[in-house]
Amino acid sequence: MTTHTAPTAPPSHRRKAAKAKATGNRRTPGSYAVLAAVAIFVLAFLAPFIVILLNSFKTSADFRSNGSLSLPTQWNWSIIAEVWERVGFTQKLFNSIQISLGVVLIAVLLALFNAYAIGIGRIRWRTPFLIFFLGVNVLPQEGLVYPIYYLFKEMGLYDGKLGYTILVGITYSAFGTYLLSSVFASFPRELIEAASMDGAGRWTILWRIVLPMSWPTLSVMCVFFFVWSWNEFLYPLVLLISNDNQTVPLGLSVMQGQYTSDPTAMSAAALLGIVPMVIFFLIFQRSLTRGMTAGAVK
Amino acid sequence: MKTTRHPRPTGYGVFLAPGLLLSLLFLVVPLVMTLYYSLTQWQGVGEPTWIGFDNYTRLFSDADFWASFRNIAFVIVGIAVVPTLLGLFLAALLFDYIGKKHGDGFVSLFRSGLYLPQVIPVAVTGLMWGWILAPEGAVNSVLETIGLNSLAQNWLGDPDLALWMVLAVLVWMQLGYPLVLFLSGLQRIDPELYEAASLDGATWWQRFTRITVPILRPEVYVVLVTTTIAGLKVFAQIFVLTGGGPGNSTLVPAYFAYQNFFERADVGYGSAISSTITLLVLIIAGTMLTRQAREDG
Repeated sequence: MTTHTAPTAPPSHRRKAAKAKATGNRRTPGSYAVLAAVAIFVLAFLAPFIVILLNSFKTSADFRSNGSLSLPTQWNWSIIAEVWERVGFTQKLFNSIQISLGVVLIAVLLALFNAYAIGIGRIRWRTPFLIFFLGVNVLPQEGLVYPIYYLFKEMGLYDGKLGYTILVGITYSAFGTYLLSSVFASFPRELIEAASMDGAGRWTILWRIVLPMSWPTLSVMCVFFFVWSWNEFLYPLVLLISNDNQTVPLGLSVMQGQYTSDPTAMSAAALLGIVPMVIFFLIFQRSLTRGMTAGAVK
Repeated sequence: MKTTRHPRPTGYGVFLAPGLLLSLLFLVVPLVMTLYYSLTQWQGVGEPTWIGFDNYTRLFSDADFWASFRNIAFVIVGIAVVPTLLGLFLAALLFDYIGKKHGDGFVSLFRSGLYLPQVIPVAVTGLMWGWILAPEGAVNSVLETIGLNSLAQNWLGDPDLALWMVLAVLVWMQLGYPLVLFLSGLQRIDPELYEAASLDGATWWQRFTRITVPILRPEVYVVLVTTTIAGLKVFAQIFVLTGGGPGNSTLVPAYFAYQNFFERADVGYGSAISSTITLLVLIIAGTMLTRQAREDG
């Protein structure tokens, strides 16, 4: 039996009833075996994180005599503290947070304005505009990076957070425009017409009606843009070279290749890069998994 | 703007102006400049010298360029094909087996675990795997512990192995993306459809091939297109893991362009490489768009 049309999900009470009467849903020794196999697979999948965690607390001597899989003979915070100092991690964290927040603000504002004009205003040539934003959204950074590097140097924006933040914000706004325009296309027009008749201008309608009602999509966009911006590599590699401006991933990547001289320090550096995003993931997990769906399939 | 004399609602054009202007200035202008540089010889200082299509003819006889494209094929397998296949299988297993027999709690726990690498900075992931695959790293330790010392390798230092290692790391990083998309796509399915199929005697595999895969076709399509585009742009993973080496065994176009821009000061040639990737990406995205538009219309 093949089906291409997806029936709508039934109310939950029906689903429960169906579940109860179904004979295939009983737990069996076999099903526990499958569950265990998947659990082992997921644990193995996450093993690299565990290995990094174990080795970030070892002294080099401990590592050399006991290898990378043993528990640390004592949990030694000094390795992490030392790497923290060496890469100026406090400054890097501050830079990343400042830049990512700026990027989110610029990207979301621009996307909101663009999508307001395209999705709600239905301006003339809205389809070509939408195609334009889709097009710039997929442009590879390596195709733009050299002229940007050159122009930023000319304009005094090179190695500065301001120019970089604006650049990345604009880059993401193209994606946001595409996403929000499709959301706005089904926006209840009566609301806008009613507000219009009450004398509200375009500006008021945007802030008082459209913004509050599209907050669910906007919040998901904020979370995504923050992660994307945090994880950027090529642009910051080229455009933010000084210690005062570097972001977390860039600051840590200088530790790359230092394995032979200082193995556990490199592990600690990886751990420092992992922890902020794991915390972020735990907080915003729901938005992240929900948002991916919104962006991918209309 | 021009909309003022038009009967449709007016006054919206001004909202598009800042976003459009900034995109033109920061994204389109650099794109045009790269295209121009690709037709010149330029070291990044002084005036570029116009040389027509010489950079492109040089490109097509450059072994490094072809190596980078061969490697991109591997990268696309690692970033698009394998995660999609594995993601389909895992999504169906979690949704149609684990979820039904042992509850949705396990499903979301497993999903979160497998999605985690997606939020870690790529550079940090590279750092981590570089550490694990190093000659004295964790992988070789495991092999030693279970008495397989002979299998221990310099995983990233061997030209025959490095690309396979990159591929494996990409699969690890990428798996969560299709999995999460597929799992949410499966919410569209009426559970009774599966029930009915089971009552009719359909095995898990039959339900997988006849129900799950056909229903997830839009998601599969989106995942393949977006990750193929991402594959063409792969840079940070290579930069941190292997630096394109050993030799050119893991060189990718984006890294090749970067080398020409910033290490060899051959801006014209680097621009020809990156213009080629840009063109490829635009063609793939354009094909996807028109196909989607045709299906929607």
